[in-house]
Amino acid sequence: MKCQFAAGAASALGAFLYFCCALPSQAAEFDALRQKMVEEVVASSGSTPPDPSVMAAMGKVERHRFVPGWLAPFAYRNHPLPIGYGQTISQPLIVARMTDLLNIKEGDTVLEIGTGSGYQAAVLAEMAKSVYSIEIIEPLGKQAAERLKSLGYENVETRVGDGYYGWPEAAPFDAIIVTAAASHVPPPLLKQLKLGGRMVIPLGASFMTQYLMLVEKQQDGSVTTRQIVPVRFVPLSGGH
Amino acid sequence: MSIPRPPLIAIGLLSACVLAYEVLLTRLFSIVLWHHFAYMIISAAMLGYGASGTALALLKEKIAPRVGWVYVMVAMAMAFLMPAAFLLAQQVPFNPLQLLWDQTQLTRLLAIYLLMMLPFFCGGLGIGLVMWHFGSQAGRVYAFDILGAGIGSLGVIGVLFLMPPHNALVVLTALALLAAAIAVIELGMRPKWLAGIFLGLGLAVFVALPGSWLQAQPSPYKDLSQTLNIAGAQVVEERSSPLGQITVVENTLIPFRHAPGMSLNATDEPPPQLAVFVDGEGPLVLTRFDGKFAPLAYLDQLTSALPYHVLEKPRVLVLGAGAGSDVLQALYHGAAAVDAVELDRNVIDLVQQRFRDFGGSLYAQPGVRVFAAEARGFVNASPDRYDLVQVALMDSFGVASAGLYGLSESYLYTVEALQTYLSRLTPDGMLAVTRWLTLPPRDALKLFATAVFALEQNGIPNPGGRLVMIRGWKTVTLLVKNSDFTAEEIEAIKEFGRTRSFDVAYYPGMLPEEANRYNLLEQPYFFKGATALLGPQREVFINRYKFYIEPATDDRPYFFRFFKWAAAAELFALREQGGMPLLDWSYPLLVAALVQAFIASIVLILAPLAAARARRALPTAPVALYFLAIGFAFMFMEIAFIQKFILFLAHPLYAVAVVLCAFLVFAAMGSWLTGRWQKKAMARGSRHLTLAVMTMGVLSLLYLAILPGLFQALTHLPDAAKIAVSVVLIAPLAVCMGMPFPTGTMRLASTAQDSIPWAWAINGFASVVGAVLATLLAIHLGFAAVILLAVLIYGLAAIALRRFA
Repeated sequence: MKCQFAAGAASALGAFLYFCCALPSQAAEFDALRQKMVEEVVASSGSTPPDPSVMAAMGKVERHRFVPGWLAPFAYRNHPLPIGYGQTISQPLIVARMTDLLNIKEGDTVLEIGTGSGYQAAVLAEMAKSVYSIEIIEPLGKQAAERLKSLGYENVETRVGDGYYGWPEAAPFDAIIVTAAASHVPPPLLKQLKLGGRMVIPLGASFMTQYLMLVEKQQDGSVTTRQIVPVRFVPLSGGH
Repeated sequence: MSIPRPPLIAIGLLSACVLAYEVLLTRLFSIVLWHHFAYMIISAAMLGYGASGTALALLKEKIAPRVGWVYVMVAMAMAFLMPAAFLLAQQVPFNPLQLLWDQTQLTRLLAIYLLMMLPFFCGGLGIGLVMWHFGSQAGRVYAFDILGAGIGSLGVIGVLFLMPPHNALVVLTALALLAAAIAVIELGMRPKWLAGIFLGLGLAVFVALPGSWLQAQPSPYKDLSQTLNIAGAQVVEERSSPLGQITVVENTLIPFRHAPGMSLNATDEPPPQLAVFVDGEGPLVLTRFDGKFAPLAYLDQLTSALPYHVLEKPRVLVLGAGAGSDVLQALYHGAAAVDAVELDRNVIDLVQQRFRDFGGSLYAQPGVRVFAAEARGFVNASPDRYDLVQVALMDSFGVASAGLYGLSESYLYTVEALQTYLSRLTPDGMLAVTRWLTLPPRDALKLFATAVFALEQNGIPNPGGRLVMIRGWKTVTLLVKNSDFTAEEIEAIKEFGRTRSFDVAYYPGMLPEEANRYNLLEQPYFFKGATALLGPQREVFINRYKFYIEPATDDRPYFFRFFKWAAAAELFALREQGGMPLLDWSYPLLVAALVQAFIASIVLILAPLAAARARRALPTAPVALYFLAIGFAFMFMEIAFIQKFILFLAHPLYAVAVVLCAFLVFAAMGSWLTGRWQKKAMARGSRHLTLAVMTMGVLSLLYLAILPGLFQALTHLPDAAKIAVSVVLIAPLAVCMGMPFPTGTMRLASTAQDSIPWAWAINGFASVVGAVLATLLAIHLGFAAVILLAVLIYGLAAIALRRFA
């Protein structure tokens, strides 16, 4: 049994904070925080910084609008945050790495499985021609769709439902990102990936992206995968 | 008000509630969070007891004129707090997965700990009050107290067979009210109708309080919660037993398609499945089967299918069969016979009865036999020989990869376990174990190291000749053969990998350039690790590896512990760079729980005494040392034996209930004996204690030597017989362990009575901290060492006793 009152009070407070956050002086503050976040992500990436286009996109997207109101002040920390329904918004560093691995170019069409808050879709929308995003959890999907619309992301199309069969009407895709936990890569998604296209899947528990899998579809249709631990960590001591 | 006789039945009942609640909480927390919070619950219970002792010491004069009333109030408060504390604790948004990101999680953990303490505080106060007030009859009160405790801890297991845990909580609430009603009668309190009111309240709670109010809400980050958020998900069946709460979820809108780590080359889609969750974790899946094998082609695209490409028509043993995925895989590959072993009868029943048509009577297919048994016990007792022993992948990916299992003991993946499996293989048979892939490699290398050790201990001169490991993008499968792999077999393995884009991580004679071809890693970590573990530099490699990959043994069955302090420091420093998720959080949580127990018990048990007048009656150093030592030693023994008996009794909850009950009852008997002896010969107090400590030492050494063999020999016995054997084994040890506390107290009573509250408080402090410390020590040193340490500490106590006063 959930304590309705507490939840109501929390969301009212959240709404209040969110409102406060939207004030002009706050907006400038968030802009500054966002720039700081971008710098931090670049600094954290060491010798392999994400492409400048990725960081430019992340520098534009107002991440604080993609988290629950009461978490807005923490939106630009290099942390994952809860967004309700047991789902999370990824750590900025992970978003940057994933987006970078997708190698998005201006005219690209991108498919996202697992809209979540819509943040990743927004980042992709800053870089690609069009983004198609499917969310399996209805309330999350609806919230994200409204949010993306209200923020003016015209090139993002969202849908609530099963992501297993991808978005055949819009296929093939230059890039696919599967942020929803899946026991396997749905074969229909691989089919909808263009020759030379890239797919990225983060693996690990909520809040805990352990490694990223990059699937590359070669020109001959064969696939190769790379598994990337996002942190520079050598498992053997003295093995640097 | 004169009180004629102690409320013995009410005491017994209240004590039963306290212990039943303690066991029940471990069950409830398994559903809400994850199962290894047991040590924290024991610690919270001890904290409640300890704090109640302090409160009693400080307030007893004030309470004295109204003992009856206070007792009744306390029982009522406990009735209220048992469900209320749990409900409130559920409202605390504690998420262990965020622990390392968000420091406020520690405060939330503390809040849960303190909330859980409250009912135990009330229970302890009620029992302590009666014991103190009826000092002259303390023996009888104590006997009823312990009898109740014993019945409560075991009885709750029986109750959990009849009803789900939230309903059991309602029963306990009603029983605590009943205890209040009985106390009114037993104490001859006025007005008499008060008893009727409490009885009525108890009945009303029992009849009218909807258990659903108290239903444990799994964390939103557990698999079940996440699955139920998906549009179209419907719970179609729920079952409950002490082994776990089972939830079956169907989704016709967005079907389940569980095919862990399926090859990217596969084009097949799994047929419709039902998802089966145990305590909200999983899923195990029940796959639709209509007798046709074509729709099951996806089962050949998993790394676990490898052995079927090496063996022809094998006789298979599946350990951890669950809802039958691995049995289906065996049938798909033409296994000659399949024996499936699953611990939980409820899960078997789902396949055999409730969803028989959906699952195509899987467990009744020709050649398939199913056994409700614990895997290790079954293998030990089975006279059969198998061509293939498959250890199924039962835990959920998220949980395993997040290090959530770090502190849970698992006897499935120890050196001894692997040796046992190997002993049931035909001469050319093999063992196959599939694990989730973690990066940098953890499970896979630890498993590989475990296999190397097991083979070496079996006297195999060249273990490398019998090992093969392959990895997909999400799973790893290890094969351990009973003889050397042949060239044809290796060719078949390579072909299996080639067609599915699975990398061979190790096979005998493998060249470095063959590693790391399909799922590219920065380095061929798995191949390098496997060859290092087979080479002369193994020890160096294990030590230098930043995760703990030393093989797990039955003495230290923490397969999922990968935590090393040095790596933790490095990863913590790299947290902003993505290092945090590689940190196994369960270990820092244990350390946090220890610190929390330490501070809470100082604040709630020791500090109030120091602040009150009692500070004038500070105990001497030997007295303090004595009560500290026996508190630690008792907890060390109890926790170590609970863990040790998990293997024998097949489930942590059984072990907690049986071992706790046996320790309580027989320690009480030890206390009672001490009382009798002491009356007869006061002067010989320390002599019989020395004797008790020596007996404990001898028994402990004996048990350490014989228990593994004995467990193996008796593992086939039915549960009831195993429980009886456990009780008989624990009894003599517990009798001895029951002696030091009353010995010390009686000695103080005659020399420094004022320091008794201090002595008890110090003992309480040691119990609270000891419960957590024992787990920490067991992880590092093993159970044997913890038991020996306990004996040593008891020895120290015996010396301290001689210096009393």
